[in-house]
Amino acid sequence: MASVPSISDASGASQQSALSQVLRSPPVAIALAVLAASVIMAVFAPWLNTIDPVQIDPTQRLKPPSAEHWLGTDAYGRDVYSRVIYGSRVSLVVGVSVAVFSIAAGLVIGVIAGYFRWADAIIMRVMDGLMAIPGVLLAIALVSLSGASLTTVIVAITIPEIPRVVRLVRGVVLSVRNEPYVEAAISLGTSPLAVMIRHLVPNTVAPLIVQGTYIFASAILTEAILSFLGAGVPPEISSWGNIMAEGRSFFQLIPGLVLYPGAVLSLLVLSVNVLGDALRDSLDPRMSRRL
Amino acid sequence: MLLFVLRRTLAVVPVMAMVAVIVFAILRLTPGDPAAIIAGDTATAEQLEQIRRSMGLDQSIPRQFVMWVGQLLRGDLGVSLLSGTPVADMILQRMGPSLALALSTITLSVLVAVPLGILAAWRQGRLLDRAVMAFSVLGFSIPVFVIGYVLILAFSIGLGWFPVQGYKPPSEGIWPFARSLALPTVALSTVYIALIARIARTSIIEVMGEDFIRTARAKGLRERAVLLGHALRNAAVPIVTIVGVGVALLISGVVVTESVFNLPGLGRLVVEAVLGRDYPVIQALILLFSFIYVFINLVVDVLYTVFDPRIRY
Repeated sequence: MASVPSISDASGASQQSALSQVLRSPPVAIALAVLAASVIMAVFAPWLNTIDPVQIDPTQRLKPPSAEHWLGTDAYGRDVYSRVIYGSRVSLVVGVSVAVFSIAAGLVIGVIAGYFRWADAIIMRVMDGLMAIPGVLLAIALVSLSGASLTTVIVAITIPEIPRVVRLVRGVVLSVRNEPYVEAAISLGTSPLAVMIRHLVPNTVAPLIVQGTYIFASAILTEAILSFLGAGVPPEISSWGNIMAEGRSFFQLIPGLVLYPGAVLSLLVLSVNVLGDALRDSLDPRMSRRL
Repeated sequence: MLLFVLRRTLAVVPVMAMVAVIVFAILRLTPGDPAAIIAGDTATAEQLEQIRRSMGLDQSIPRQFVMWVGQLLRGDLGVSLLSGTPVADMILQRMGPSLALALSTITLSVLVAVPLGILAAWRQGRLLDRAVMAFSVLGFSIPVFVIGYVLILAFSIGLGWFPVQGYKPPSEGIWPFARSLALPTVALSTVYIALIARIARTSIIEVMGEDFIRTARAKGLRERAVLLGHALRNAAVPIVTIVGVGVALLISGVVVTESVFNLPGLGRLVVEAVLGRDYPVIQALILLFSFIYVFINLVVDVLYTVFDPRIRY
């Protein structure tokens, strides 16, 4: 399997000006706007002219868009517009949690693997094994066994994401471990923990920010896939994947049940990916390959 | 060379062993009694006891693992809890559509993505390059099932060119077979094309900065010959690598695509097994898919030596 390209950190000052320049380019500005809109949607969902997203109305089943129901209604007469707005909450919570947890876990494991020779072999064999299992398969198996809930979905998506973070962090640690300043710190009797926190971890911050955005995007996609396949968050929670899963059977009749949440989902993931590419180009020009 | 192939093949063993440990651990480490998970909520105490005994759950955990691996090595993948048929038979039965879909997707993706990558690299920074890169980000961002449904809406429901769903095996004629695979292949290829085109572009741009490219140009070769003869050939290693690494993406995609287009393949089988908590089937399929992934990457590593004679192990 391919090895992670080695990354060393770039100078701080030029990085910041490059970053602010990148953030002002039109595609990135649009991406940031979409991201901001999604956050507003999630936080202010109850005040955006929505009704209760789980309120069932048997007289209003599978209605086309109207003044009352902007995006029509689903098979239970629930308002699709409200469900899509509320669905942003699930996607953002899953995306942020998976990104934070997988990076936290991957950082700890990766630094240990890169620093201690004895741990490296064992840790990397486990990671090789985890990486060999296709992520979505591992996630649906974990969800189906632990029972569907928001927490299990987050854990199930986090686990397959960890090995890539570990590899990235380990690569960085290995490349800076033998730098004079690290060797100096070790020979001065600095404890391993202090060396890791003071000298090794700071080098991983830039690549991890980039990786974090990609994980955020891919977690949102995976959550939708899990819910779509019926192995995601419980059906009573309005998530974009759930709306689409329930809309599948009525697709020929009302394509909007799949296409509206699908469009919002794609737009959000697209924005996060655009942002990730921009961050990568400015923070970490050498990490041009995304494996 | 032979020694390398042998050594590299042996390296598969620890990885697959680790996969087996993980797959085994998933059932044993998840909270709750595995027998109860398998039996479902309505099982009686006697049924639970029987399942425990038949699956060897009354033995110690290391012993269970050894027993299970022993069965696997003898080619015994277990028996489905839902249908009672041997899992190996089910896999053979459902393999056709998945294999056809995967092969057609890889073929289409490489045929489209590599030229796209070359064009983008050739026109680096220009409109064409930006269009290819924009397509690539888009391909990463739109879930395969959304693409699938849009295609169904446009080409099956709208234009009526393709069947909405379902699969026709090649034995029912090549034309119906190809028609039933066309939309799933396009849907699944999008993300794969995005991935390969991006890497192809990057690696060709990298190669274009090398001295031998300047030499090739200096001796008067036409740009097309430089690109195809010198640049592409030297960019082949990363491209082949990403085709191999992308197989993980492809496998996840097959599971989703088969659900969208209702193809009775291994992907559907996984989903059915997960929804029915048919644990022996889930275990066997995860092992199978992981093995395919590991095996393809083994082939990729061996191919390196063909594409790049400088690599000698």
